[in-house]
Amino acid sequence: MERIPILKMGEFLLVTIQVDMHDRLALTLQDDLTSQIVKFGAHGVLIDISALEIVDSFIGRMLASIASMAHLLDAETVVVGMQPAVAITLVELGLPMRGIRTALDVEKGMQALRGAILAGQDDDASGIR
Amino acid sequence: MRVVSAESMEIRISDDVVLVRQAVRKKSIALGLGLVDQTKVVTASSELARNTLDYGGGGKVLLELVENGTRSGLRVTFEDQGPGIPDVELALTDGYTTGNGMGLGLSGAKRLSHEFELWSKPGEGTRVSILRWK
Repeated sequence: MERIPILKMGEFLLVTIQVDMHDRLALTLQDDLTSQIVKFGAHGVLIDISALEIVDSFIGRMLASIASMAHLLDAETVVVGMQPAVAITLVELGLPMRGIRTALDVEKGMQALRGAILAGQDDDASGIR
Repeated sequence: MRVVSAESMEIRISDDVVLVRQAVRKKSIALGLGLVDQTKVVTASSELARNTLDYGGGGKVLLELVENGTRSGLRVTFEDQGPGIPDVELALTDGYTTGNGMGLGLSGAKRLSHEFELWSKPGEGTRVSILRWK
């Protein structure tokens, strides 16, 4: 079966979506990612969508679901590389991408993930006190 | 309005939605649309193709390059013989859905297009048409 590869980089998982995904493939990615987060105890997920020429409501919902599920599994998600035309179209489509952290490229995405994880640890520490 | 060229495709399985996106992209480029306009019409078509599959039980799509005087545009029409939409106005409301989606398909496709037409009759089917002028 066709699958989108998930790479492990330290405590992060990296996904680069390079194909025009049909809906089943998007759902498979969602399942694969959640199991890999648990398997590796990953604290961050970085999804590179720079090769995606469109994000419709289905793919948008999948990205939002991944972020929510990852959050429940103690991992932060950053979506990177959205093309400007895709951003313009998403807003006009009316898709609420709230709750999804974004960054312009993979490098900035990594920084954002590290920042988010550190902030999370601080929160935990203050909770104990 | 004059139809310059027309092409028809079947929508039966989830992969067909991807093929529709690619065909609409090709036609948008042939029409000479800019990248943002291409993205809008491809995204709107993706929403409607998925509706045809999920709610209409499959159907077909007609891609037409059209001319009206000095203007040229791309019209994409989706047709199914599914259960139809009982309340068209309600179906066009943001967030309204009878399925598992977000209820943005119809209303979003309308916002992304210059012209939008929806015909539906319960028990007979649904036909949705979007048009983007160059």
